[in-house]
Amino acid sequence: MGYDPENPMKDRITDIGPPHFEQMFPPVVKNNYGKWLYHEILQPGVLMHKSETGDECYTVRVGAARLISVELIREMCDVADAHCEGHLRWTTRNNVEFMVDSKAKVQPLLDDLKSRGNRFPVGGTGAGVTNIVHTQGWVHCHTPATDASGVVKAVMDELFDYFTSMTLPAQVRIALACCLNMCGAVHASDIAILGVHRKPPMIDHDAITGLCEIPLAVSACPLGAIRPAKVTNSAGEEVKSVAVKNERCMFCGNCYTMCPAMPLADPEGDGIAILVGGKVSNSRSMPKFSKLVIPFLPNTPPRWPETVDAVKNILEVYAKNARKYERIGEWAERIGWEKFFEITNIPFTIKSIDDYRLAYDTWRTSTQFKFTSHIK
Amino acid sequence: MPKHDTPMMDDLEKGPWPSFVTDLKRQAAKNDQCWDILGQLELSFKDRITHWKHGGIVGVFGYGGGIVGRYSDVPTRFPGVAHFHTVRLNQPSSKFYKTDILRKVCDLWERRGSGMTNMHGSTGDLVLLGTKTDQLEPLFWELTHDLNWDLGGSGSNLRTPSCCLGKARCQHSCIDTQALCHHLTMHYQDEIHRPAFPYKFKFKFSGCPNDCVAAIARSDFAVIGTWKDDIRIDQAAVKGYVNGEFAANGGAHSGKDWGKFNIKKEVLDLCPTNCMWMEGDELKIDNSNCTRCMHCINVMPRALRVGADQGATICVGAKAPILDGAQFATMTVPFVKVDPENEFEEVIEIIEKIWDWWMEVGKNRERVGETIQRVGLPTFLKVMEVDILPQHIREPRSNPYVFWAEEEVEGGWERDVREFRKRNAQ
Repeated sequence: MGYDPENPMKDRITDIGPPHFEQMFPPVVKNNYGKWLYHEILQPGVLMHKSETGDECYTVRVGAARLISVELIREMCDVADAHCEGHLRWTTRNNVEFMVDSKAKVQPLLDDLKSRGNRFPVGGTGAGVTNIVHTQGWVHCHTPATDASGVVKAVMDELFDYFTSMTLPAQVRIALACCLNMCGAVHASDIAILGVHRKPPMIDHDAITGLCEIPLAVSACPLGAIRPAKVTNSAGEEVKSVAVKNERCMFCGNCYTMCPAMPLADPEGDGIAILVGGKVSNSRSMPKFSKLVIPFLPNTPPRWPETVDAVKNILEVYAKNARKYERIGEWAERIGWEKFFEITNIPFTIKSIDDYRLAYDTWRTSTQFKFTSHIK
Repeated sequence: MPKHDTPMMDDLEKGPWPSFVTDLKRQAAKNDQCWDILGQLELSFKDRITHWKHGGIVGVFGYGGGIVGRYSDVPTRFPGVAHFHTVRLNQPSSKFYKTDILRKVCDLWERRGSGMTNMHGSTGDLVLLGTKTDQLEPLFWELTHDLNWDLGGSGSNLRTPSCCLGKARCQHSCIDTQALCHHLTMHYQDEIHRPAFPYKFKFKFSGCPNDCVAAIARSDFAVIGTWKDDIRIDQAAVKGYVNGEFAANGGAHSGKDWGKFNIKKEVLDLCPTNCMWMEGDELKIDNSNCTRCMHCINVMPRALRVGADQGATICVGAKAPILDGAQFATMTVPFVKVDPENEFEEVIEIIEKIWDWWMEVGKNRERVGETIQRVGLPTFLKVMEVDILPQHIREPRSNPYVFWAEEEVEGGWERDVREFRKRNAQ
């Protein structure tokens, strides 16, 4: 029994998919599937869902890192075994949810979670800051322009009180992607923290032969900045390689994705851009993209103070000025982006004016604007 | 494996938010390569650059996806992470778990890998982070034989589908997101495990226009629940909100004193189509002008419910910015029945129409949204054989450059220039 390296294909099982979701449901979920009437948030991190059968499902939501150990998962399982008949769930934003079927079971669960140090902060509901969705960063990725887990920890430490309370005008969704590939798809977040490069790729002429297909490297560039070139490598041999027109580069990194001989990461060149005002839901206004308001902040491990301050500043100016229900993007559009820059005290730079494709849609073709302090 | 000096990592043990560093150190007692994870990450913090090499193709026999190869560029200093491949497990729809099954995953991963995971990856997989090449086949054998569990997708294939929790614990869900997600995941196992597409292709399923899995922003094929008839109103509960008996927005704003609930200010005036009004203490909705944005339903969940004639809107072609810029998915089919009884055949028919076309005309590494941009929405809609609707656009085009087809023009395009010159001298 077990895997036989001599016979790897023997009794092989493939294409069986994931386990069926239904066997994972707690009884209160299974019994009330499709019968839910409404929900209420009883306190930050505690939800009650009411079913037409009269049943109630109480959910306690806790924040967690995305990078977690099996030891911690086992501890979560211990909590679920003690209180939730052996069931738990993860949300799309890396939070963990423990569900019980009566109000009486909520407080013992909360007490248990609290007794375990700072591992299980309860919150992440309603008009607050919930967990940050993010990518791998330096702990596992080969193309990042910044770290992920470290930046997220630094930001969440600072915004912790907003995770455990519901004092904001609306929910604020923060996301981090460690490069422009945006595995984390931060392009529709209230506040997006995005790793960016600022130096064009280097070309490793000694490694490019055999490692890269030159035509693919050339066509990887959306701006036609890469062309085939014959060069002499360090062994004095003439090889087929590429040349880059640096002034055309927009630092997207797509060439490195296609050709490992074109690295562009750099301690000084890389850092973080901040984008704001995106949303996914259709509530009130249509989904919106996040907009670039701070083009560059340096990578300053271990706690990225510039990035933490920038995020906190935007959040707090928004909290003070927006109307109830207004998401950051809705608020910025109501007051106008010129006003957004003025009251957040973020310097407006030419880097926020789009000069890529479809840019014209973002230019102001009207005499309607506000005379903010930008106009001298 | 020796511990490394990690002052910057240690700093991230401070503060109120759960620390992944503390967690890594705890796991290191059982999997000592965790010390090398910390050591290499400390080096990256110091050097401000990644220390993972580009690429490395590894996998299990017969699959072209599900495992991502990863190698350290400082393997002699950190031999525990010299190979550090990722294994993507296809998560159960909407990420509910039973502890006995989850503990088996933990045991397997403690034995076959680093003991570190991502709960979950961006696409939705349960990600097992970091193992060596020689562990992959035994791990896959045990995963499929002992846990009855399979890998997810990676590369130019159907990526692991994901969904919101839908009818399991939400009153808004207009479709059975989990049943749909699971069914299509099983139906398309080959497409998930063996890359045959121009590029990645993502399915996401949200139960309502609140879109909790960001389908419209993140998936090539977004199925978003909606309804065709009227919002269901409980007038007694409306009065309850007006009288302050129920907390607005399910209590989401209770941390701050926003004053007494004002239905005009908080609901009627924020309706994007102004299709709601009060007659005495009765709430009225002109449903023919409602665009189902969800705001009023979100604010008064006890009083308002999504309609009963439910189905989904299909939007196609979302993606992150690489390369031509970010795209939201474009509304393609306004309403489709999502019916488990017929095994979701209406949805499957639409998917396969897209794939048949995209696999033929899509360029290498071109997301379907980019293909649609390149050929134009009119061409795509013709391929999809859907009715051409004003709902497909936000506004009509403002340029006059219509690609008329010859058969649409009276008399065709064949003309005799000499005949023309007899009447119209040069």
